[in-house]
Amino acid sequence: MNLEELNATATSERLARAKKRHHIHVCVGTACQALNSEQIAKALQAELKQRGQSHDAEVKCVGCPGLCSLGPLVEVESRVNGQATTDAPEEDRRKSVLYQFVKPEDAAEIIAHLDGEPVKRLETPLDQPFFTRQTKIVLENCGKIDPERIEDYIAAGGYQALMKALTEMTPQQVVDEITRSGLRGRGGAGFPTGLKWGTVAKADPNAYPTNVPEGIQSRKFVICNGDEGDPGAFMDRSLMEGDPHRILEGMAIAAYAVGANHGFIYVRAEYPLAVKRLRTAIRQAQRAGLLGNGIGGTAFSFNVDIRLGAGAFVCGEETALMASIEGGRGVPRPRPPFPAECGLWGCPTLINNVETLANVPPIIMKGADWFASIGTEKSKGTKVFALTGQVVNTGLIEVPMGITLREIVFDIGGGIPGGRQFKGVQTGGPSGGCIPAQFLDMPVDYESLAKVGSIMGSGGMIVMDDTTDMVEVARFFMEFCMDESCGKCIPCRAGTVQMHRILTKIQEGKATQRDIQILEELCDMVKHTSLCGLGQSAPNPVISTLRYFRDEYEKKINGHHKSKPNGLSD
Amino acid sequence: MTNPLPPLGRAAGNGAATAKPDDRLVSDKRYKIIEATMRRYGYQGHGLIEALHSAQEAFGYLDDFTLMHIARTLHLPPSKVFGVATFYNLFTLKPQGAHTCVVCLGTACYIKGAREVLAAIEAEYDVKAGGTTRDNQLSLLTARCFGSCALAPVLTFDGETIGKVTPEAAAQQIAQRMMAIRQAA
Repeated sequence: MNLEELNATATSERLARAKKRHHIHVCVGTACQALNSEQIAKALQAELKQRGQSHDAEVKCVGCPGLCSLGPLVEVESRVNGQATTDAPEEDRRKSVLYQFVKPEDAAEIIAHLDGEPVKRLETPLDQPFFTRQTKIVLENCGKIDPERIEDYIAAGGYQALMKALTEMTPQQVVDEITRSGLRGRGGAGFPTGLKWGTVAKADPNAYPTNVPEGIQSRKFVICNGDEGDPGAFMDRSLMEGDPHRILEGMAIAAYAVGANHGFIYVRAEYPLAVKRLRTAIRQAQRAGLLGNGIGGTAFSFNVDIRLGAGAFVCGEETALMASIEGGRGVPRPRPPFPAECGLWGCPTLINNVETLANVPPIIMKGADWFASIGTEKSKGTKVFALTGQVVNTGLIEVPMGITLREIVFDIGGGIPGGRQFKGVQTGGPSGGCIPAQFLDMPVDYESLAKVGSIMGSGGMIVMDDTTDMVEVARFFMEFCMDESCGKCIPCRAGTVQMHRILTKIQEGKATQRDIQILEELCDMVKHTSLCGLGQSAPNPVISTLRYFRDEYEKKINGHHKSKPNGLSD
Repeated sequence: MTNPLPPLGRAAGNGAATAKPDDRLVSDKRYKIIEATMRRYGYQGHGLIEALHSAQEAFGYLDDFTLMHIARTLHLPPSKVFGVATFYNLFTLKPQGAHTCVVCLGTACYIKGAREVLAAIEAEYDVKAGGTTRDNQLSLLTARCFGSCALAPVLTFDGETIGKVTPEAAAQQIAQRMMAIRQAA
């Protein structure tokens, strides 16, 4: 498919859509699907057929529109400018109604009200802060397009950025554009993406001995890291389920920029739906000539394979992830050499997070300056967060960098349910920290979060109310890191076990002041001497809870050791 | 010709021990699925994890015979295959019960009471997390997050996601599903 064919597909698809008076979108993300949303889609379709309205309205299964706590969600977009069909899709103005907690038996009522007033009983306002306060770049197509149809993505402007890069830009210009945009890695550490791309582009594939398996032609690789292991985070899952082509397009642009011809998407096996949709997307893109040999009539070739994880958190670490793709145990290795120079099978390898790659097509289309105008000075663009825990609106949100925590938790999140008090918010999963109420007005960007002892992380945001026991939270994360430690380096392997033991002792009321001291020493040791990110960040939840909620630790000690004021026991 | 396969040991189970190992590869069609996966990767070592996924999907667990077969076909030392199979949490070397219930212990679920849910199921079915009931009907496992945090606390029963469970209702919901399957059979 070349540029003309791409445009022709987009136009005909848009025209076909404009002819339908009503577009009914049913969310089939994992959360809504678990609540039978596929049955709802079937019921709506059957109802349309029965009433003879199929020519006039279409039911589409879409990715996650974000507000998972009100699911299953159904959105109805109806045309406002009269009844006549229009030949100019751009004049097709629509108004939307969002229905919450929809059941299959509600289908008849929804269809009956298509032309009249919306069903009040099910309606939830679209002008609530949850929707109005968000800025959607990465998620712009999620909830709007059918993730299993490439035509839908093309109609939404998909693969235009890839065509633009291939036909109008040199690889160096693509790298420069990404560098100028200020995009930083969305996997957590926030490394400047352009810098990484530039390093891989310049790297010599023959600098290190390589052993690429037979049948793979490339001597550089692009890897999309979809091993979203942080508990409480589901941004990448929603993206892979809701807009898989966007990720493929981002990968292809990255491959063109760095000179790779083969890519891998590493996805957790716990995300079967994401795997299925990515597989479908790859097949469709290959058939359309947008992946494979001679993409879009140019000389550029790029193939993508999916590799499944098998339940190892450490595989989110880049060197461990590569070891896993090579078919081995997912254990990290020391860096340098960095993957950008010596990565998969010894070849220069670009590893980017799902969300980072999804940011690439809009940057190429709209330009680096547009992207750099969003966000703060050092953190550009938007960030997708998975907002969960003790908060009214749980779900997926995308906000500009620099928004305050208060806006996220109280405006978008709708505050704490049950009249409870806000206590803290945990970001960055087992590698991050707990941020207490006093920092609610702090802007959310890479630097500010690091300053208060947490990290941006991949984007899990877990809100805690005053019933949450912070020591228990620290213990929970330490147990996680202890189980997930790969065992290669001793500080992480043994240190996490010791820290978990002390935290358990504190929880059981058997600890003394001395234990807290040892705990702090261990935190310091594990943080500074572990081999990879898992160990280096494992103490973070303990350090941050000790810093802000020390009284809770003290209470558990003093409560049981009143007779030993010096804090020494046994 | 000498056969490089080791004795079947615990993998043999009922009666299979008397059959020659190669017979099993021929008679059990499920090995064809694993074979197809390994062929897709040109019988090269980097297809190991995919091969293990196929094997686990086909048999429900990985026994010694299957691991040895994969090692031999991919020209890998058995130690490497065994090492990989035991490194990843998703692979299991033990047979599973007829049904599998996985309770999510991710942060969001944890904060919303997943531990109480797990305890309730453990008590009801007299099985510890990671184990299988004595009648081999139910395997109870835990997971590190399904990414369905908006439905927390979450569990899955034979792959079906059940959200917003309570300790009181969880065991009952599982019992209902097991009953329904039994009646359908």
